[in-house]
Amino acid sequence: MTLAIETPRKSRVDTLLGDIGIGQVLLAVALLLYPAIASDFFLTQIGGYSLIWGMIALSLMMLAGYGGMVSLAQITVAGLAGYMVAIFGENNSNVHGFGWPWWVVVPIAVFVAGIASALIGAISARTDGIYTIMITLAIATAMYYFTQQNYALFNGFPGFTGIRAPDFLGIYWRDPMPFYYLCLGVAVVAYAAVLYCARSTFGLALQALRDNPRRMRALGFHVTQHKIVTYFYAGLIAGLAGVLLVWFNGRISPGTIGVGAAINVLIIAVIGGMRHPIGPFLGALVVVLMQTFAIDIVGAERFNTLIGLFFLAIVFISPDGLLGLWGKLKPHLRQESLRSGP
Amino acid sequence: MHIHRRTLLALALATGLTAPSLALAEDTIKLGILATFEGAFTVLGEDGMRGAMLAIEEANGMAGGKKIEIVKGSSDASPDSAVRAVRKLVEQDGVKVVVGPLSGDEGIAVKDYAKTQPDVTFINGTSAAQDTTLRDPAENFFRFSTDGAQWMAGLGTYAFNEKGYKKVATVAEDYSFPYTQVFGFMAEFCKAGGTVPSKSWVPIGNKDYSSVIAAIPDDVDAIYVALGGADGVNFLTQYQQAGGEAPLIGGSITVDQTVLSSKGKMRDVVIGTPSAGPIADTNDTPEWLAFVEAYKKQPDAFPSPSLFAHGYYINTKAAILALDEVGGDVSDGGKKFREALSKLSFDTPTGKVSLDKNRNAVADMYLTEVSEGADGNLYNKLVKVVSQVNQTLGIPEEEFLALGAVSRENPSCP
Repeated sequence: MTLAIETPRKSRVDTLLGDIGIGQVLLAVALLLYPAIASDFFLTQIGGYSLIWGMIALSLMMLAGYGGMVSLAQITVAGLAGYMVAIFGENNSNVHGFGWPWWVVVPIAVFVAGIASALIGAISARTDGIYTIMITLAIATAMYYFTQQNYALFNGFPGFTGIRAPDFLGIYWRDPMPFYYLCLGVAVVAYAAVLYCARSTFGLALQALRDNPRRMRALGFHVTQHKIVTYFYAGLIAGLAGVLLVWFNGRISPGTIGVGAAINVLIIAVIGGMRHPIGPFLGALVVVLMQTFAIDIVGAERFNTLIGLFFLAIVFISPDGLLGLWGKLKPHLRQESLRSGP
Repeated sequence: MHIHRRTLLALALATGLTAPSLALAEDTIKLGILATFEGAFTVLGEDGMRGAMLAIEEANGMAGGKKIEIVKGSSDASPDSAVRAVRKLVEQDGVKVVVGPLSGDEGIAVKDYAKTQPDVTFINGTSAAQDTTLRDPAENFFRFSTDGAQWMAGLGTYAFNEKGYKKVATVAEDYSFPYTQVFGFMAEFCKAGGTVPSKSWVPIGNKDYSSVIAAIPDDVDAIYVALGGADGVNFLTQYQQAGGEAPLIGGSITVDQTVLSSKGKMRDVVIGTPSAGPIADTNDTPEWLAFVEAYKKQPDAFPSPSLFAHGYYINTKAAILALDEVGGDVSDGGKKFREALSKLSFDTPTGKVSLDKNRNAVADMYLTEVSEGADGNLYNKLVKVVSQVNQTLGIPEEEFLALGAVSRENPSCP
C-alpha cells in the first residue's frame, strides 16, 4: 500500500497518468455515462446516496486506514454540517433559517465540520484502539441526544425540514441528473484529495505514526498535532458529504446522526475495505443496494437478517472487505489468463 | 484489464436490472404499504400490516376488478427512513397508491414528499400528528384514521368533571405525536377550568425518570402520561418506587396490555385510569366484535387488534372502496380516484368515517377507564363513545387555528 519513494523524477505527465491508472479512468467514464442508462431513482437514491455515504466512510477510512484512528463520530461531523446548512440557509421549520446564500453557507458548514472534527480529534487523539472508538462513540451518542433535546439551536426531535438545494447557473441542483453529477464531482475531489494526501509527506508521516508512534516522536514529529490535523481534513470531507446529505433529504433531524447511522458508516468502511480510498465507495454501494432491495428479496419481516448475514459473510470470507476479496482473487485470475495464453 | 471490463459489465448489469419495472399486466394494481418493520416500533408496524392485510383479504385481494399487488416499504420510525422507503415505492416500484406511514413525524415528512408527486395518492397509516393535514396540507394526502388530538376527545372534560382533577401535570415523549395528544387533552381540560402547572418531555426510550419525577409538583391531583410501550411501564414503575401516589390519566397508547397486566402496588394505582382513543377493547357492538374475530385469524395476531391494526385497516379499506368506485383506474394520475376518496363515507368497525375539507377523518372516539374484571384481570372499560369528532374538536376552525401549532409550549395553562 505504501509507495516506495521514486528516486528519479519522471516527467509530470507520465507520473500523473501512472498515478491515475487506466482502471480509474475507465471507472470514471462508467460513472460519467451512468445517467444515460439509469432511472431517476437509481441516479439519486442509489447513485447519489451511495456517493454521499461513500464520502462519509471515506473520511473514516482516511482516519482509520492511514492513521489507525477508528472514529465513530464522522456522521456527527457530517450531521453538524447539515445542521449548519439548515440554520444559516433556508428551512421551513420557522426556527433560524437566516437565508444566507449557498456560497456563504456551504463554506461555513464545511469549516464548522472541520473544526468540530478537529476538536473530536483533540479529545481522542491521545488514545488508541478501542478507547478511541469508545470516546468517539460517546461523543456521537451525546451529540445525538443533545440535538434531540436542544430546541434553541437544533429544534429538537423534529429537526429542520424544507431545506432546498441551491438554484445556480440556471440549474436546480436537486434534480436527479445535476444532483448525481454534483455528488460525483465532490466525491471525486474528495477521493483524489485522499489519494494525494496518502502519497504526500503528510500522509506518509501519518502512516508511519500509525505503525510506530514512538519512533516518529523520537524523530521529532508532533504525533498528537499530526493526528488532529488529519481529523480536521477528514472533517472537511465529512462536512461536504453532510451538506450533500441534507440537500438530498431536504431535511435533517437527530435520527440522521443517531447511533445507527454512526455504526452504518463503520459497516460501510469495513465492508468496502480500508486499504484504498475506493473501498468506502464500494462498501457504500453494496450497503445502499442491500438496504434498499433486501425487502424485495425476503419480505418485510426478516430483511434485516439477510443484510446482517450478507455483511457477516463478507467479513468472514475477507477481513479486509471487498477490496481484500479482490486482492485475494486477483493473483488467481492473472494466472488463469497466463495459462490460457495470449 | 480484466478487472475493469468486469467492473463495467457489473455496473451495466446492476443498472439494467434496476430500470423501473413496468407493470406486468393491466389487470393488477400496485398498492404500496409503508410501515415500521424495523426499529423500536417493529411490533406495532407488524400489527398495522395485519390490519392492512385484513382489509385486502376481505376484498378477496381485488380492488376495482383488478388484483391487488402489495409492495411493502419499511422505515424505522424516523422521517428520513420513511421518505427513503416511500421514494422507493413510488419512484422504483411505480406504485400509484401508498398506505402509510405509522408514526407522527413520518407522516409530516411523507406529506411533504407527497407534494412533489401529484400523480400518486397517499393514504395515511396510523400517523397521528396534527399538522399532517391541518396546516399546509398536501392535496393528495388522505387520512381516514384520526389525529392524536381527536383521540383525546372527551378525556379532558371527563377528568375535570367526573374525576374532579383540577390540577394535572403531564409527562410525555418528546415528539410530534405526544405533543398532539397533550394538546388534545389540554384543549378540553383547560377550557373546563383545569390547570397544567408542569409539562415534562422525555426522549423516546428514556430509562431513568428520577429527574422527571422530582420535577412533578407535589400538589397535583393527577398525572397525564402519554408514553408508549416500555417507556410507560418504566415511568410507572419508577413513579411507584419513588412513592408517588397521584392517580393517572392515560394517553391513547399508554394503557396497553403490559400496563394492564402489572402486579402489586402499581396495579392499585392503575385502576381507575381514564384514557381515550380511536378504539376500545371492550366495545361490544357487533361490527367491532366481527372485526376482532376476523383480525384474530391473521398470523401471530394479538388477542385484540391494536389501534395500529385498526388504522391501517380503515385506511386500506378506504383505498379499496374508492378503487372499486373508479374501477381500479388510476391512469389519469389518480384524479378520479382522489375525488372518490374525498367523497367517501363508510361504516367501519368503529362507526361512520368521512373526511373534512383537509382530507382528515371525522370519526367516533372511545373514552375508557381501567377497571377490574370479574376474573380479577384489569381491562379498559368503555365509559362512553364521543361521536363524530372532527379535527378541530368541535371548536370553530378560525378559533382552533388561533390556538397555534402544537409544540412543547403550546397550549399552556399553568
